[in-house]
Amino acid sequence: MSDPSAAAYEAVIGLEVHVHLKTRSKVFCGCPASFGAPPNTNVCPVCLGLPGSLPVLNEAALRSALLAGLMLGCRIAPFSKFDRKNYFYPDLPKNYQISQYDLPLCAGGGLEIEADGRRRRIGITRVHLEEDAGRLVHTEGGAGGSGVDFNRTGVPLLEIVSEPELRGPEEAVAYLKELRRTLRYIGVSDCDMEKGSLRCDANVSIRPRGAAALGVKVEVKNMNSFRAVGKALAHEIERQARALAEGERIARETRLWEAEAGVTRPMRGKEEAHDYRYFPDPDLVPVVPAAALVEELRASLPEPPLRRRDRFADRYGLPAYDAEVLTAERETADYFEACVAAGAEPKAASNLIMGEMLRLLKEAGIPIREAKVAPAGIAELTRLVAAGEVSGTAAKEVFAEMFAAGRGAEEIVRARGLAQLSDEGELERVVGEVLRANPQSAADYRAGKAKALGFIVGRVMKATKGRANPGLVNKILKKALG
Amino acid sequence: MDPTDLTLHEAAEAMRGGGISSREYTAACLERVRRVDPVFGAFVEVYGEEALEAAVAADRRRAAGEPGGALAGVPVAVKDNICAAGRRAGCASKILDGFVAPYDATAVERLRAAGAIILGRTNMDEFAMGSSTETSSRGVTRNPWDPERVPGGSSGGSAAAVAAREVPAALGTDTGGSIRQPAALCGVAGLKPTYGRVSRFGLVAFASSLDQIGPIARSVRDLALLLEVIGGHDGRDSTSAEGSPRGLAGGLDRGIEGLRVGVPEEFFAAGVDGEVRASVEASVGRMRDLGAAVVGVRLPHTPYAVATYYIVATAEASSNLARYDGVQYGLRAADPRDLPDLYERTRAEGLGPEVKRRIMLGTYVLSAGYHDAYYLKALKVRTLMRRDFEEAFGRCDVIATPTAPTAAFALGEKTADPLTMYLSDICTISASLAGIPAISVPCGFTAAGLPVGLQLMARPFEEGTLLRAAHAYEQATDWHRRRPPDPAPARGGGV
Repeated sequence: MSDPSAAAYEAVIGLEVHVHLKTRSKVFCGCPASFGAPPNTNVCPVCLGLPGSLPVLNEAALRSALLAGLMLGCRIAPFSKFDRKNYFYPDLPKNYQISQYDLPLCAGGGLEIEADGRRRRIGITRVHLEEDAGRLVHTEGGAGGSGVDFNRTGVPLLEIVSEPELRGPEEAVAYLKELRRTLRYIGVSDCDMEKGSLRCDANVSIRPRGAAALGVKVEVKNMNSFRAVGKALAHEIERQARALAEGERIARETRLWEAEAGVTRPMRGKEEAHDYRYFPDPDLVPVVPAAALVEELRASLPEPPLRRRDRFADRYGLPAYDAEVLTAERETADYFEACVAAGAEPKAASNLIMGEMLRLLKEAGIPIREAKVAPAGIAELTRLVAAGEVSGTAAKEVFAEMFAAGRGAEEIVRARGLAQLSDEGELERVVGEVLRANPQSAADYRAGKAKALGFIVGRVMKATKGRANPGLVNKILKKALG
Repeated sequence: MDPTDLTLHEAAEAMRGGGISSREYTAACLERVRRVDPVFGAFVEVYGEEALEAAVAADRRRAAGEPGGALAGVPVAVKDNICAAGRRAGCASKILDGFVAPYDATAVERLRAAGAIILGRTNMDEFAMGSSTETSSRGVTRNPWDPERVPGGSSGGSAAAVAAREVPAALGTDTGGSIRQPAALCGVAGLKPTYGRVSRFGLVAFASSLDQIGPIARSVRDLALLLEVIGGHDGRDSTSAEGSPRGLAGGLDRGIEGLRVGVPEEFFAAGVDGEVRASVEASVGRMRDLGAAVVGVRLPHTPYAVATYYIVATAEASSNLARYDGVQYGLRAADPRDLPDLYERTRAEGLGPEVKRRIMLGTYVLSAGYHDAYYLKALKVRTLMRRDFEEAFGRCDVIATPTAPTAAFALGEKTADPLTMYLSDICTISASLAGIPAISVPCGFTAAGLPVGLQLMARPFEEGTLLRAAHAYEQATDWHRRRPPDPAPARGGGV
């Protein structure tokens, strides 16, 4: 916050997040919940809301919602129900959305986040299940006109509402990222903001620092990336602070973030004057999750990413950065631990995974589970490096081959002659040749330019195709130049 | 004998025995429709040619020795709010103009699977909102017993078609009495099953927590047969009950010796016509003669039934009918200025006054500030009414009341006064709110020659008891055999 007036105020932010659940079919019918199909092909009488059609709850969506609730530390409601949220909009074929009102599936949880190096637990008010709406498609020019694509209609959505406990844009973004990591850990959603599988609205108010009473709440919508959330919230807090400093009153309203202008602007009043007339959907029966199911799901919960990060640092002695990168995705963390279990030295495995592995995966556009390198292969390679049989430089080449062809490390080393050169006589011969060819560098080193040594080592490495044992080369060089 | 006098099970048996072919019988029904429906207006569409083709096919299958279902070759009519694939489902509303159902309702699918032939769609009050079929946008349906009178509603077309011998049976739907009341006013039998007994999949919703599909026919045995066909669990309706109704027809003849018949004084109070009361009291006496024990029971929350119903049903309707907006199907107002204009004019032009009244009522009772005082309160009263029945059924096995407070009233008599019209359902609404099964069977005639109905109610899923009691009474009387007079030929065109 650059404006000095903002420093006198404290922000109070609550986030309302919607994520698409990654189920095969939609939440109340059997249509595919996948994306990218031609408009209005993943539809049926139920999701189109045709007369006479009825919703039937998809058990897989219920499981995912319960799993998410448990992962977020919520209580699972012993009795829950679906309600109708009534409003007219063309993307809503029934002109009501099946949602949950006063008895959500899950409530009273929390999520630990790290922002500015500090840990905080942010309360989660509720988690509930609902159906998504369709998408309006506007065509330009000539006849023009608008259409509705109902493919998205009925895709299961999880609404996750935080307590108003976030104190600034940084915390809000950290919360979103942690929520994303956490939900991806249990595989219930891709949480891809750019693709719309994670959407976020914010309630923002400010109050004089130290005050107990809350200020007037403004809802901010239309933030389409983590970056946008950070910028929109910073802007909105500053706007409110400036308004209060100038003696204005904050209006209770909904504002849209306009990314290009970098400002929030009020939504037209008419569109937000809603009385949703919630009432229990008589087409669906109450949800009474079986205790056995809840316990089964609870027992299946993975270690949360932040806790896993801490454990990676403690148990494997990894730097904080390594621990964070390795635990960002559950599959990567699982892979790393499989490598360690197969005998890999942790830091060496971490270096290989964070460096070569993630880069090559990204280039190939595949997830780690599809990589041809087995954890045992990583363990084998790190052992060869540790034993001095392969140099660090050659190891990268070996790994690339392992990644491309799925062959074992030793096999590749043998086949491509990449074994480390530790024959002292042979190395002395190569060093002699290099020094003869680069007399100026030798003279520079002797004159006290330590940097020249690196150049000479590089030449030796090049001459041996990276196979020279670096320790031995150093020793021989120092003797030759000393 | 005129084949159209055959009841559903008689027709089915005659076809099995070779006494009549499906083609002959179906042709006789269609001929009857051609002759009398221009007067009665029971049908909104008749599938004449296709029905005959289906009948010929049924005869061919029978000749080839194929076993065939329980209703093989028998024509049945279906109310205009039940979907049949490739057919219009109009709910007698302009707003569904042009809407063709892309799928079969579960009840229709099961009728077809049992071999039945769908003869056509029957008229109804618009979206089943009414007690006289007069709110239909598809014209008047007349009572076969007196064409100047209403057939009742909302399943007035189904009841009139069955009474007039145009078809042996028809499906109706009942939300607050829409099967039973027209059955009573037309002198036929009608059954509202337990809520959840018949799948609502493919029934265009009016009030989802109350709507049930049920049969209308000229004998209790026919109702039993039809419920066995259309009833039973359906995975496409979350509110559908487990299990299937079985052995209903088989258990009909076990008699009512020792059956306890409860008589609630609240249903014989002011507002019930003297002749109706006398007929119903006489029929209770008849049941006692047949070996039943008659006991007094109390249903103290009955006076709140109509008010409760018109809150719950309209609240649900206001949401259920929101989808008719001109966007996806049905009527769309011409050249809308913008989106609100499209919504407003489509609904203004497409929906009739009674439907609009109920949407407004329902919207009001769910609105912020009124929700608790009306909607929530009504739900609580509904629970109390359910408890009334649970207690009453501790003392009796079936409860006997009038089906409607009066016999058929004159066309136009109550259209100007919605409240008076709403009171036509005063005897049937309680069973709907409680979700229990109820039946209406003919139990007499007024001096003016209009039929009177006896309503029997039973515990949830005890349709077997209900049908057995109704059948015992029916077999001991001949009200159901009376046939309305043939109408004078209509002036003007046919269907």
